[in-house]
Amino acid sequence: MTEYDVVVVGAGPGGSMAAKTLAENGVKVLMVEKRQEIGSPVRCAEGVSKVELESLVEVKKSWIAAEVSGAKIYSPDNSVIVLSEEQAGNEVGYVLERKIFDRWLAKQAAKAGSEVMVKTSAIGIDKKREHLVIKLRRMGEVFEVSAKMVIGADGVESRVGKWMGLDTTLKLNEVESCVQYLITNLKYEMDYCHFWLGHSRSPGGYIWLFPKGNSSGNFGIGVMPSMAKEPAKVYLDRFLNEVGIDTSHVVEVVAGAVPVSPMEKASTERCLLVGDAARHADPITGGGIINAMKGGIIAGKVAAEAVKNNDFSSKFLSKYDRLWKEDFGKTLERNKILQKKLLKMDDKTMDKLIKSLSDSNLKEMSITGIVKELIKKNPKLLWDLKSLFF
Amino acid sequence: MQSKRLIINRFKCAYCGACISVCKNNANELVETFLRIDENKCNCCGLCVKVCPMNALSIEEV
Ligand SMILES: Cc1cc2nc3c(=O)[nH]c(=O)nc-3n(C[C@H](O)[C@H](O)[C@H](O)COP(=O)(O)OP(=O)(O)OC[C@H]3O[C@@H](n4cnc5c(N)ncnc54)[C@H](O)[C@@H]3O)c2cc1C
Ligand code: SF4
Ligand code: SF4
Repeated sequence: MTEYDVVVVGAGPGGSMAAKTLAENGVKVLMVEKRQEIGSPVRCAEGVSKVELESLVEVKKSWIAAEVSGAKIYSPDNSVIVLSEEQAGNEVGYVLERKIFDRWLAKQAAKAGSEVMVKTSAIGIDKKREHLVIKLRRMGEVFEVSAKMVIGADGVESRVGKWMGLDTTLKLNEVESCVQYLITNLKYEMDYCHFWLGHSRSPGGYIWLFPKGNSSGNFGIGVMPSMAKEPAKVYLDRFLNEVGIDTSHVVEVVAGAVPVSPMEKASTERCLLVGDAARHADPITGGGIINAMKGGIIAGKVAAEAVKNNDFSSKFLSKYDRLWKEDFGKTLERNKILQKKLLKMDDKTMDKLIKSLSDSNLKEMSITGIVKELIKKNPKLLWDLKSLFF
Repeated sequence: MQSKRLIINRFKCAYCGACISVCKNNANELVETFLRIDENKCNCCGLCVKVCPMNALSIEEV
């Protein structure tokens, strides 16, 4: 049985950053990915903040599909807030080509010295006194490796947490059910990201269009299954039909789910969870790439320390929880509260709020920027959010 | 005796994994593009049916 210090399960942005960080710290690490092609099929709208991404990796042209110069947010009655160039860039900015991006990140991990195995699923973990026995299935062959600890970066489908005693099963009000078409020959304003709000057209979620260059774009929807009466696809098709989008040039269908309810603990004895497996996606935007990468780096560092000190206790590893909370955890918590408020808000109130901003000059294109402005204009309606944002 | 069954429409399934995320019983697994159900573990609770964006799942009486 091959022995590793750490096994990372899943080669998304979270897993690759964790494996890279571990390898850079001299840790013997194996990253397993169940798919035969890293990054494919895509389950993402591929929008990321420029500032955040540039703080984490050196940006390569090969995986940037488009840059956006602003965003438009539409209320249920189609009043619009426009966020222009100099204000954009916080929540969105780059639209990635994730098939290439995810693979590039995995290669960085491999270059740093991590072993990588594709078409290899983790199918179970045996907890021994001094180590873990991780059961893998590679092209039909079942075998075992031993590791001192595991990092579960296995995305929304995560089972690693559950095997290790962290219940990560999502409830129907803790997840967005999503579908998206990559449409080409799209006649739309393509240097902007577009967001359509309203529970009647996308219950508990929103509709988006992210440009991908060459008049193509990701047109997608997320709905919360506890609120939606029909499957996500029905709502998206209805919307595209209503606004008259030509769907005769769809070159890719994407489906997926995003966790939108953070959890308290993403660590336990001999185990850390990162990215969607740890529910680190944002409850408002559903964006999870940046947090997966950040969490991956933090988890990699903490796990490397654990290896060095030979301490894999839940007490030692809880350092990870402290660090991710200090970094992006606070925003997740805050946006969860904001999300609860939005989920209860009817479409008429949302119209009113969006209209109140139609003549505002917004200084930053971020949730914080928009909500601050909304609170200023609608203090009575949003009094309960004030302490969170000011 | 089971009187219900979870049915997958493989022509609709986009192998997205949404159904995996909500299953308390770990009764399903996505093997690349193939959704596997362990009928010994599945209690036909229907949660995965609700989360499926593609309308590929249904519970049927047998
Ligand atoms: C429709 C949609 C649109 C989105 N749009 C955006 C967006 O615009 N911006 C943004 O920031 N985020 C977006 N997200 C969220 C984003 O895709 C995720 O947050 C991000 O991919 C999380 O990264 P990760 O590394 O945690 O997991 P993933 O990227 O999901 O990677 C997990 C990997 O683990 C593998 N795996 C799972 N189980 C096993 C196993 N047992 N053994 C081996 N391998 C396993 C999977 O095959 C997968 O490759 C979107 C999500 C969806 C569904
Ligand atoms: S949620 Fe639906 S589309 Fe996605 S894998 Fe499951 S059955 Fe297939
Ligand atoms: S019906 Fe319930 S138990 Fe069966 S696979 Fe779906 S979620 Fe799991």
